[in-house]
This record gives sequence, structure tokens and C-alpha cells, in this order.
Amino acid sequence: MKTAEEIFKILKEKFGDSIVELKSDKPIDPFVIVNPLEVDKICLFLREEKDLLFDSLMNLSGVDDANGEKVKDEKGLETIKGGTLSVYYHLESTSLKQKLTLKVSTNREKPEVVTVTESWKCADWHEREAYDMYGIVFINHPDLRRILMPYDWEFGYPLRKDYKNPEFYQGMKVPY
Amino acid sequence: MMYDWLYNISGSEILAMFVVSLLPLFLFILPFALLAVLAERKVSAHMQDRLGPMRVGYHGILQTVADIIKLLQKEDLVATATDKTLFNFAPLLVFIGSYAVFAAIPFSGFFIGSKIDLGIIFIVGATGLVVAGILMAGWASNNKYSLLGAMRSAAQIISYEIPTLLIILTIIMLTGTLSLYDLSELQTAYFWNWLIFGGPAIGIQKILLIPFMMMGCLIIYTSTLAEVNRTPFDIPEAESELVSGYHTEYSGMKFAMFFLAEYANMFAVSAIVAIMFFGGYQSPFGYLGNTLNLPWLIPIEQFFWFTSKGLFFVFVQMWLRWTLPRFRVDQLMAFCWKYLIPISFVILLLVGLITLI
Amino acid sequence: MALKTEEMVLNMGPQHPSTHGVLRLELQLEGEIIIDVIPHIGYLHRCFEKHAEAMTYPQVIPYTDRMDYLASMYNEFGYALAMERLMKIEVPERVEYIRVIMGELQRIASHLVALGTYGADIGAFTPFLFCFRDRERILHLFEITCGARLLYNYIWIGGVSHDLHSDFIRLTREFIKDFRPNLKELNDLLSFNRIFIERTANVGVLPLETAINYGVTGPNLRASGMKWDLRKDDPYSVYHKFDYEIPVGSGEKGKTGDCWDRYFIRVREMEESLKIIEQAIDQIPEGDVTSAIPKRIKPPEGQIYTRVENPRGELGYFIISDGSLNPARVKVRAPSFVTMQVFPELCKGFMVADVVAILGSIDIVLGEIDR
Repeated sequence: MKTAEEIFKILKEKFGDSIVELKSDKPIDPFVIVNPLEVDKICLFLREEKDLLFDSLMNLSGVDDANGEKVKDEKGLETIKGGTLSVYYHLESTSLKQKLTLKVSTNREKPEVVTVTESWKCADWHEREAYDMYGIVFINHPDLRRILMPYDWEFGYPLRKDYKNPEFYQGMKVPY
Repeated sequence: MMYDWLYNISGSEILAMFVVSLLPLFLFILPFALLAVLAERKVSAHMQDRLGPMRVGYHGILQTVADIIKLLQKEDLVATATDKTLFNFAPLLVFIGSYAVFAAIPFSGFFIGSKIDLGIIFIVGATGLVVAGILMAGWASNNKYSLLGAMRSAAQIISYEIPTLLIILTIIMLTGTLSLYDLSELQTAYFWNWLIFGGPAIGIQKILLIPFMMMGCLIIYTSTLAEVNRTPFDIPEAESELVSGYHTEYSGMKFAMFFLAEYANMFAVSAIVAIMFFGGYQSPFGYLGNTLNLPWLIPIEQFFWFTSKGLFFVFVQMWLRWTLPRFRVDQLMAFCWKYLIPISFVILLLVGLITLI
Repeated sequence: MALKTEEMVLNMGPQHPSTHGVLRLELQLEGEIIIDVIPHIGYLHRCFEKHAEAMTYPQVIPYTDRMDYLASMYNEFGYALAMERLMKIEVPERVEYIRVIMGELQRIASHLVALGTYGADIGAFTPFLFCFRDRERILHLFEITCGARLLYNYIWIGGVSHDLHSDFIRLTREFIKDFRPNLKELNDLLSFNRIFIERTANVGVLPLETAINYGVTGPNLRASGMKWDLRKDDPYSVYHKFDYEIPVGSGEKGKTGDCWDRYFIRVREMEESLKIIEQAIDQIPEGDVTSAIPKRIKPPEGQIYTRVENPRGELGYFIISDGSLNPARVKVRAPSFVTMQVFPELCKGFMVADVVAILGSIDIVLGEIDR
């Protein structure tokens, strides 16, 4: 069973600059911040490497960090400009009983992360949900389309902090 | 019989024929179908540890009356894209096919609708109309689910007619008569003369026949269960897969016709099994009318015995429905073609050999 | 030379008697054989995660109930556990025992629904009613404790809302005594019925490698042969104090990981849950159940991922807190969401009737998938 520091050292040796840092100051779980465009190679390595064997992706979630600046746009509605959107990966090894958390951050205007569906098929629908709710585009994803919202929802990405509901959708009044 | 008695009274053939053929229909089968709906609900409820309809009438007896009023006043929905002639005609065909058989079934020694010599073959032929009706219903509904249900149902009914016919052939070979009336008269006086126990002849033939007769009874009971689309063979009406199969698009009185036809069919096949193997209207113990020397009592007793045997088999059909899960379509076909038909052939052969002894 | 047959697209639409909830399955058929299944979800999306960001931490608990409405106690349990670990709250031991008892009773109730509806899909209508008869007694136990039968709002952060009713332990003991023979009756009626075995054995086989790669957990993973249960492998609360076994699928009636295995694992799990409840009732200590509930829940800045063993699999809560009274992000990793992904793989090559059998055996709840 390896701790997060040991895994961080192994990853840093192999991938160098793609692994940004290990944050373990805030409670509870320490996490490793990695480069969003290299995350698929890192995950493949994590799955195949003899000591690590992370064969199960427990969770993949998009997060709106809301660390940009709040500006008021033309209509007086508050939007957030700049800042980042993040994706958290929670990995687990069922054989070696160890866990790891990864984080990638992309910028809010054009969020792009490489998909990890090659390593774990589980990521397929989780990434579709992150795309649906945050607008994070996953490069090389086999079938990136909305999953929970209707397929033709063109009014933005609901879980972002500055999302506003539209007035009408296909002729039906939205604010109920 | 009844026909002669009516002819003697009225003097007109046509009137006698009409009354005699419509009497079982209105006096017995229609009330039976209505009661069977209620009985199914109560029987299933008690088997499932609940009570069933309790409010309408004493313990829910008038529930069927409420159901009939509801069905009569329902709007008759016909979708625009259906084939209207076929759509309207299909329930009629199914209804006719199911009810026509009662003309040839002897309800008691005195009463039989039509003393036709080809009794059993007429019955099998009339039930063939049902297949045509079901296919029409499925096709005319213009609905993928209905079509699937109708095709499965047609395949099922046609396949399962073969074991039924083979066992009927066995009985015909054994007794030498086609008429159901003669078949019932043959199994007279006490239950060990019933065909399931080998028939009225005494001797080694009777003892040898018993296992084959029992197996034949089981086979015909199972195949007729498949013909009336009851669980475990109720793929055409499988609620959880195809919504409602070939009668999805029907509402109101047309749906009621399908429904009543199903229950009448159930009684018809139970009656056939009872007549062929269990003595028809004969009493197992001898007649009260004979001991009390009241000859007019005997037909009433016979009617009573016939009804109880028929109702008992209907009850067993309901029992099976609420106990067993459903077959898958290919397993159903495999069961018929790979198991029932070879066994029926073997029984036919062996019974034929035994009759030569 | 193969016949050229046409492909047909059949829609098992959002309203259908046996898709368990509002799920739309697009079946691409060739005759009766399935080439592909495309599930469409989102009909029950109620924006749980967006609501959670607008509520305070204790106000989120009724929302967590409504996700997997058949196993509400476990949803609350997971959330409360995550928050207590984040805020480092120590709950009294009585609270832990009560939570375990409620959770295991909820597991039995949820499995009864799963098994009953599975039998009803296959065509056996009677076990459905027998299962619901037993479930009524469990719901009565819940009703005398917290007043609700389905959605409880009972397990709070730091404790539970009401202590056990004075009759609770006696009624639970009676229930356990009456339930064991009923389980045997269910086995006789459904599990070992020849027709049922024909319908479910060798159908929808899930190989172990595929299951782990797709992230399948819970009874579905155990049926494929892996002995993985969060109550023993990553223990939480007081599960380490009890003596129980983890049933694993072994391919008794067909291949390992077929529908019959998944079905029978749930029957055996109900027996094991009875053992846990018995031991918990015997060992439960006295104490005050509301003493550790903080007046104001303001967790430190940080994030945590906790998981519990839902009746359907591994339910994970990922909570990010920014130091204020409202959560910054609550992500729920629902086991049915992940299991639904592997469903098209399971159905390829089987017939339409088998789709219903496979869908019933993986036991999904649409409330969880769509949140």
C-alpha cells in the first residue's frame, strides 16, 4: 500500500513536468495535480505499472472552481470571466488496496481535457456528464454528447456557477 | 335429447335448432365467463396473501357487473392508420372461434347442442379460427408490438395443436368414436371406468393403458394451456415485454370480446380434457336419481358433475398461472417440437399396440 | 450463405411496464436477436447537485433521500459519513449501531423490491406480492422510528434525528423470526424453479475483467466472482464488530456472472443482513443519539471522497467545501449510473425477452442514475 507521496515520486520520475504538484495541506484527501493534455498517458501508466495497478476508476467529477473575476455583462447578469474548471479523478487498486486522487485544471473559456476511456471504460459516461454539466470537451472521446439534459439544450452548461435558466425551451416556459 | 324434446314441443326444426345451440351460450358460458373473471381475481388474491375485490357486493361478488358496465361505456378508440375492416372483424372471429365449440360439448346426458358425429374434429377445427382472428388483430393494429405478439401467438397455437391432435387421435383409436357424446356414454358407472384409468374394458389391456393415459392427459392439458395463451405460455400477452401483445390497441367492448373469449376457451379445453379422460358428465359414484328412483334427477346430477370437473380444471389453470414464470419464445417452441411431439407419437404407437392385445 | 435480414429499431420507451423507471432503450434488432442497445437517460433529472450548492449542509439530506428512493437510509448514511469525516466529528456508539441496523433493514427492503419485480418481469406474479408483504413489516419499523415509510430524513450529520422507539427491538426480533421461513418459501417458489432457471441462467454473462474496467460494484461484481464488499474491504462505522460472510457468485446454474447468479447473490445477502441485524440488536449500547449534532455545520475548506456499500453497489460522495455554510460541490457517484454503462455489452447477441431479464437482474433505480 503506497501513500500519496510515494506515488507522486514515482509519477514525477516518469513524467516530469506533466505532474505539477502534490497538494496535501487541506483536509482530507491529498491530490496530485497533472497536466490536462497528458492525463491519458498518466492514467494508462497508473493502470499498467506493477506496483500501482489502479484498475478501477471510482469517480470522475467536473468542478467549477469559480476563481475567476465576476463581471456584469450587457444584460446586467453576473458572469465569471477567466478562472478554471477542474476534473477530479478518484482511482483505486482493488488488488493492492490503495487509492489516489488526481486533479486537472483547464481554463474556463476553452476547457479541454484528454479522455481516459482507454484506461477505464467507466469514464465514458462520467465524462459525458462532465461535458453536459460544465462544457469540458474531452478530446478523443468516442461519443461526446449530452447525457442528462435534452440533446438539443443550447442554453449553456447547468452546473457552472454563472448559469442562468432560459425563459422558454421549445415553447414551454422554463421557470416553473 | 333436448333437440328432440324441443322439436316435439314446437314442431319446427329451425326453432329447436336455434334454442338448442344458443342455450348453452347464454345460460351457461356467458355467465361463466363473467364469473371466471371474478374467480380469477379472488383466487389469485388469496394465493398471493391478499383479499382481492371486496367492496362491490358482498366480498366483491358484483365486481364483474361493475366491470361490464365500465367496458360498455368506454370510448371505442380506433387509431387512424389501422386497417379498419380487419380491425373490427378480428375480435368477432376470435369470439366466434371460441364460442362455436360449445355446440358440440355434451353438458349432460339429456342436453347436447348438436349431436354431430364428428364432435371432436369439429371442435379442433373451430378453434383454428382463433388463429386467424389473432393474426388479423395484430396486423390491423399497425403497431410493432402487436405484430410481434400476434406472430408469436400464431406460431405458438399452431405448434401446440399437434400434440393435442395426436393425443385426441390416441383416444379415438382406443374408443373408436369421434362423437363426444358417445365418448361420455362409454365411461359410465363409477370412476374406475374413466379413460384415465384405462377405460371400461376389464383386463390386462386396462392395466397396461393406465400410465399412457396419465401421460397423455398431462400432455393434452399442457398443450391446450398453450393454445389458450395462459401462463406459462402467455408470451402473446406478456405484459412486461410487449405491453399487451395483439390486443394492445383495443379498448371497450372489443377488448371485452377478447377477454371473454379467453375465458370461454379455458372452459372449453377443460371440458374437453374432462370428457376425454375423466368421464365427462358421468358421476364417479353412481346416481342419486337411481337410488331414489327419480329418473328426472339424473340429467341434473350429470350437469352438476360436468360443471364441477370443468371448473376444477379451470381452477388448476388459474393456479398454474399464478405460480409459474413465463417461458421464452424459443424455449416454448423447443418444448413443443423436441419434447411433446415425440412423446405423443410414442404414446400413439404404444397405445395402438396395446389395443391389439 | 446467410439470409439478408433487415434491421429493425424497436423502442422500449420511457413508459414501459418493466423498465424500472423512466428509461428509454433503443433496441436495434435483427429478427429477435439484439445487435445493439442504446440507453437514453435523463428523464428523471432533478438537478440534485445544483440544489445542493444552494442549500446548507443539513438541508441537503432530504435531497439525498430522493436519489435512490428504494434505499434512502443508505444515501443519508453516505452523506453523513462524508461530512463527519470532513469535520472530524465523533458520533456516539449508539448512533453507529442504529445506523447499521437501519442500513441493513433498508438493504433487505431494497433487495425484496428488486427480487419481487424481477420475478414479475419474468412472469411469476406471486413472489412479487410475497416480497412486498415482508417489506411492509420493514416499512412499519421505519415508520415507528421516524414517521416516514420511504424517504426518511433520519440520519443527520453527527447523529440521528430520533432515538429508537420502545417497541422497535421487540418488533425487529419478531420480524427476523418470521422472515427466515419466508426466505425459504421464496427460494422454493422462484429461485430453484426450472422455468426461472431456464430464463436466467447463461443469460447476460458479465466477465470479471469487464466488470472491474467498467467500474461495476456491489452484488453485480460479486456475482462475477470477485469477493469485494466495502463493509469488509474498506470498513466504515461499526461493521468490523459483526460476524457475517460475503456471498460470491460461483456459476451454480450456468456461467459465473449470469443473471441467475446476480439474482441469487441478493437472496443470500438478505440472509447475511439478518445476521448483522441480530448481532447489532444484541450488542447495542445505551447513549444519547443527538448529543454530537453540531449547532452549525461549517466545515473547514477542503474536499473528501467517501463511499458506502449501497444495496446496488458503491455509492460515493465527493464533497468540496469552501469554508462557508453551503457546499461548493457535491458529486454523487451512483452505482446504477455506472452499471447502466455496461448494460449494452451484456445484451449483445441475446433476444428481446432477455433484455427484460438482464435489466431486472442488474437492479437499477432511475432516481440514482439521473439524480
